[in-house]
Amino acid sequence: MSNDPAHGRPPAPPGHGAAPAPAVGPEAHVLVGNADLFVNWSRKSSLWYLLFATACCGIELMQAGASRYDLDRFGAVFRATPRQSDLMLVAGTITHKMADRVKRLYDQMPEPKYVIAMGSCANTGGPFYKDSYCVVKGVDLLIPVDVYIPGCPPRPEALIDGILRLQKIIMKKKNVYGAKA
Amino acid sequence: MLKARFGDAVVELQSEGFSPAFVVVAPAAVRDVARFLADDPALSFDSLMSLSGVDYKDRLAVAYHLHSLAHRHAVGLKAFLPTESPELPTVDDVWPAANFHEREAFDLFGIVFTGSKDLRRILLPEDWEGHPLRKDYKYPDFYHGIKV
Ligand code: SF4
Repeated sequence: MSNDPAHGRPPAPPGHGAAPAPAVGPEAHVLVGNADLFVNWSRKSSLWYLLFATACCGIELMQAGASRYDLDRFGAVFRATPRQSDLMLVAGTITHKMADRVKRLYDQMPEPKYVIAMGSCANTGGPFYKDSYCVVKGVDLLIPVDVYIPGCPPRPEALIDGILRLQKIIMKKKNVYGAKA
Repeated sequence: MLKARFGDAVVELQSEGFSPAFVVVAPAAVRDVARFLADDPALSFDSLMSLSGVDYKDRLAVAYHLHSLAHRHAVGLKAFLPTESPELPTVDDVWPAANFHEREAFDLFGIVFTGSKDLRRILLPEDWEGHPLRKDYKYPDFYHGIKV
């Protein structure tokens, strides 16, 4: 926000020492853009994920959260309640018996909320895709998913990559302020 | 020995190719035989290792694997049941561990254990229909609006 002509503001007249008058009106879009940047940046940097795992992928999730891979450095720490979480990492097989609980946990999370489907089971049903009466064939049948991570199980690096991808998605979001969504 | 005590209730002894040997008993006698096997000091089968259902298409079966910690010997007990209305007396007062196994056999095979303390589904949701490990089980298309 300097005298960059790209912003459409006329450059300050040479030799004129006083600061330019505060911008109003046509420049409001610059303000919105910056607020988006700020809000998105703070959201992506504090992705608190729900402490929730249903099968073997959960072991890799624990490993990713522990000191060797250290998810904390991306601002992702676990929360033991959905009401403080921004991100649901569906790590593991979801059975039909579990499906109602997953949905309920998701509904308890405050907006904005994001979902990462980790591993083949959460993506498609994985090894249980064929001939299983009890496994949900993909968690996107229950809740909206932002990022899918393939693997059985995905390594912690893959999980970190998924979180970085989600951060990129969050940075592109456009937010609406002061209006009813 | 069992034959002498229970007469016709003991149908056959399957020892060839079975380890441990299996005693096939009539369904109605399962509980009395189990009680005897557990209490007799020479046998004292105090541990129920597993209780499982089997579907042979034309009939069902329940297999009990017993082990004696005192004598370190094992035996199997088997009862064949008709596919329609499979019923068997419970053994959960002989071995309390039997309860979970019986609930599983009921859940997945639909075998009813009469006199059981608590015979509910154990793995599947309460409102699930059918018993999925039966060979003639038809998958439902949807469960709670989710494609199966
Ligand atoms: S994707 Fe593989 S590792 Fe992950 S929960 Fe399913 S079976 Fe386990």
